[in-house]
Amino acid sequence: MISFLATVGRVFLAFLAHVGRMSAFTAMAVSHTVRPPFYPRLILRSVIEIGYFSLPVVGLTAVFTGMVLALQSYSGFSRFAAEGAVATVVVLSVTRELAPVLAGLMVAGRIGASMAAEIGTMRVTEQIDALTTLSTNPFKYLVAPRILAGTLMLPFLVLIADIIGVFGGYIVGVYKLGFNSATYIARTWEFLEPLDVISGLTKAAVFGFLITLMGCYNGYYSRGGAQGVGAATTNAVVSAAIMILVFNYIITAMFFGK
Amino acid sequence: MSTQPPKIELSGVHKAFGPKVVLDGIDLSVARGESVVVIGGSGTGKSVMLKCILGILRPETGSIRIDGEEVVRMKPKDRDRIMKKFGMLFQGGALFDSLKVWENVAFGLIQGQKMERAKARDIAIEKLAQVGLAASTGELFPAELSGGMQKRVSLARAIATNPEIIFFDEPTTGLDPIMADVINDLIVKCCKEVGATALSITHDMASARKISDRIAMLYKGRLIWVGPAKDIDHSGNEYVDQFIHGRAVGPITMELRA
Repeated sequence: MISFLATVGRVFLAFLAHVGRMSAFTAMAVSHTVRPPFYPRLILRSVIEIGYFSLPVVGLTAVFTGMVLALQSYSGFSRFAAEGAVATVVVLSVTRELAPVLAGLMVAGRIGASMAAEIGTMRVTEQIDALTTLSTNPFKYLVAPRILAGTLMLPFLVLIADIIGVFGGYIVGVYKLGFNSATYIARTWEFLEPLDVISGLTKAAVFGFLITLMGCYNGYYSRGGAQGVGAATTNAVVSAAIMILVFNYIITAMFFGK
Repeated sequence: MSTQPPKIELSGVHKAFGPKVVLDGIDLSVARGESVVVIGGSGTGKSVMLKCILGILRPETGSIRIDGEEVVRMKPKDRDRIMKKFGMLFQGGALFDSLKVWENVAFGLIQGQKMERAKARDIAIEKLAQVGLAASTGELFPAELSGGMQKRVSLARAIATNPEIIFFDEPTTGLDPIMADVINDLIVKCCKEVGATALSITHDMASARKISDRIAMLYKGRLIWVGPAKDIDHSGNEYVDQFIHGRAVGPITMELRA
């Protein structure tokens, strides 16, 4: 019994220590992101890595999501003769939910993993200690540019995913389901409000922050060689994915609750 | 000389990780321009001692003075100033693999001292020449170099900013005996040229004899013997005798079962 309680207590304490360490890391990371010196070269490198090289994967995700959404809502809505709502359903679902969440998850897999692996390897090969001895703050040099780039670039990616996703719906709507092209476009615009897009882009910025934060955090505290780096990579992706889903609900509730 | 405080002074330094005491009251002082080597088996806390001086780890009690200035619990701003006096050669080299060799060597100049890249590059090539590497090596990436060359680059990086104090973490580990001797010669030469104080840790006795003025032996978190390098063979200390002759039998017992 005692040993059981001891185990529960130990797990709970470890959890609290973890939460504390993560909060401290977040506070440090944010404070270094907004204070000089900045490293424009490194920010640019991360911007290109996150913004430019994620375009294919995010574009493909968006176009197929838009296409399948048009197909699914058409077959579903035809049951109660509401096929006319397909364009509206596609644009609202894509801008509010699917583009930010799916782009976020894809980028978490791509960027979160590579950041955790890179920073984790730097940790286990003492490169992070070497930064310190060369009068360079690892938070400023490694963490801040990545978080800044992630927070700025995810909204950009999601805006493009919005456009491509709606275009995917349009392709299926017009060429497969037989909608009139002009009507489909008019229907797309008819009920779309700025807030739909803005809420999606806000989510994107938060997700970008979370993905890069988790990548950096897990990499920064990785321990023990190849295995440790592997674990850090897994944790970075899993924790980023879960936080994306949780914060997606929270942000939705803040924008559209009640 | 006598009026100047020692370059590095440790007194009563304790460091523990949880219940495991690693440093149990270390007293050591290193005079200006002197080269001290700390020897000891694996896991005796040599690296931890070095990291405490560097400020990467913080000891629980005790004081560490650099040029008479207390550095434990120092403010980050003062810590940055002290860091500029340091250069360090890491055990695995710890070269930044995303940067070219010359950028590695020039890192402390560009990031730490905000020097122009072109100027820093000239100094980097000069430092590479000092460790016997051609200017063309500067354009390669660390992964393209052999282990011995990586060590040399790492040495060039450690001396690039003309530090007052250089730390060597097992400088010859993983090298063949001849390359190890080359590195030892370079260490002696470079320290003389920049007039630096050196503190090294190693378990390679040939290296210790060659690069040190004084040797200290660390065992179970304490310095059990400190003396001039020439006295190491008749220290009268059975622990030291066992270590320098590499005998399995003696007062030092390897803890094979934890």
